[in-house]
Amino acid sequence: MLRDITLGQYYQTESVIHKLDPRVKLVATIVFIITLFLINNFIGYIIAAVFLACMVKLSKVPFRFMVKGMKSIVFLLMIAVVFNLFLTPGEPLFSFWRLTVTKEGLKLAVMMAIRLVFLIIGSSLMTLTTTPNNLTDGMEKLLSPLKRLHVPVHEVSMMMSIALRFIPILLEETDKIMKAQIARGADFESGNLIKKAKSLVPLLVPLFISAFRRANDLAMAMEARCYRGGEHRTKMKPLIYQKRDRAAYGVLFAYAAVCIYFGRIFTI
Amino acid sequence: MGIIETKKLIFEYIRRDEEGNVEGITRAVDQVDLDIKQGDFVAILGHNGSGKSTLAKHLNAILYPTEGTVWVDGKDTAKEEYLWDIRQNAGMVFQNPDNQIIGQVVEEDVGFGPENMGVPTKEIWERVEESLKAVGMYKYRKHSPNKLSGGQKQRVSIAGVIAMHPKCIILDEPTAMLDPNGRKEVIRAVRALNQVEGITVILITHYMEEIIHADRAIVMDQGHIAMQGSPREIFSQVERLKELRLDVPQVTLLAYELKKSGVSLPEGILTCEELIAALPV
Repeated sequence: MLRDITLGQYYQTESVIHKLDPRVKLVATIVFIITLFLINNFIGYIIAAVFLACMVKLSKVPFRFMVKGMKSIVFLLMIAVVFNLFLTPGEPLFSFWRLTVTKEGLKLAVMMAIRLVFLIIGSSLMTLTTTPNNLTDGMEKLLSPLKRLHVPVHEVSMMMSIALRFIPILLEETDKIMKAQIARGADFESGNLIKKAKSLVPLLVPLFISAFRRANDLAMAMEARCYRGGEHRTKMKPLIYQKRDRAAYGVLFAYAAVCIYFGRIFTI
Repeated sequence: MGIIETKKLIFEYIRRDEEGNVEGITRAVDQVDLDIKQGDFVAILGHNGSGKSTLAKHLNAILYPTEGTVWVDGKDTAKEEYLWDIRQNAGMVFQNPDNQIIGQVVEEDVGFGPENMGVPTKEIWERVEESLKAVGMYKYRKHSPNKLSGGQKQRVSIAGVIAMHPKCIILDEPTAMLDPNGRKEVIRAVRALNQVEGITVILITHYMEEIIHADRAIVMDQGHIAMQGSPREIFSQVERLKELRLDVPQVTLLAYELKKSGVSLPEGILTCEELIAALPV
């Protein structure tokens, strides 16, 4: 049933990575991605691979879950590899038909592939170990300096968490409306893609109406419970850095320094 | 002065056409005087469109009177400086349980009200624990609200309101979307709050069985208060209730019919036990 789908791809288990403050994980993911694009030799990639492997091991999430995320980018990966392989000018290695593979092209293609694969594994490690709720909290806290520039940080994160809460409810509703229409002879199955898409329109209208009605009710319920924006608000689960979070920052910056030194500056 | 008082309360919905000209005015609440004492359990009844929900929304400063005044705990709801005080003192539970739960985990939802009031973190946790225990939902505190039954969701909503430590809670048809078991659960929780914690309860409903335990029942019709009194007094006037398009509990109806056909019975029988005891052998 639709109700049972899990949001995001959180994997429930007890591990050091799961317990870390979401802010640490967000910053770590960003730093990791930056290092991936800064390094330009293979020693750098070996360091990144070792770091990533350690983190995956620590998170206790089975490796196949990381690979799952890869399926969606296989096509992108292929394009990146093929284009880099054939279209980079330089010293030709071999050629067939009109295409020439160059030494530079081969190097770039392999690097691009490694970058993309690491990037996906790194970011799915974050989403696998952090609940969506925690993630929005972390983002709110991290971006809170932007409040001074009148960016509605609290409001945006509140919107995100409400959206997350209502996705299963609206899915269930879609299911109900669909069944009600099928019972009265609607056909969502047959026909080509265009016909199928067209048959979804009568589904969207009642869905939107009900979503607006819910939004109206929810706004009233929130006001009745004294909601008045982020001002004067306290947190039930405030984010406070623990010892392990500080240690994690230490490890992260040590990794970034080593990786950039060996991966970019240091040459054999 | 009671916890909630209204004087000559009038509320009008103004219908406008597309250009914004006034098409017509509907008077949803008309000249209502209420006086509810601290600790009372008051039920407000009425068929659809009788103005009972509109009245409820005035008690929490969601709607403001067109004419007349509403005082909650001695504070005039039309004055903006009292708005948050009033909303904290008069908590409100709505009809649809799905549309009033904000948190993704039960305990987070209950903490939402205190968070908005700026209660310190440690105290929020104490309040969440005590309110979940008061409605018997403590063992579900880590669950997702999507996996709960309707009655359980509605009890979580009630916990969310009592975590704000209100003096009074207004329940606007809290059982309308629930099955009979869910209805019983919710009504039991509400009665316990009234009796154990001494919270004033205003229950708006159209299920007659739910008002039997109320101290006072108010029947509304077309914006007016049509009848007022103890549930027993209200139910003894079966003809009048039928005129107002309201049902009476089956037992009361049976007693009424028996009496009409000549069996000698007292007025206003509310439960099966009473009827059995009163029936001449």
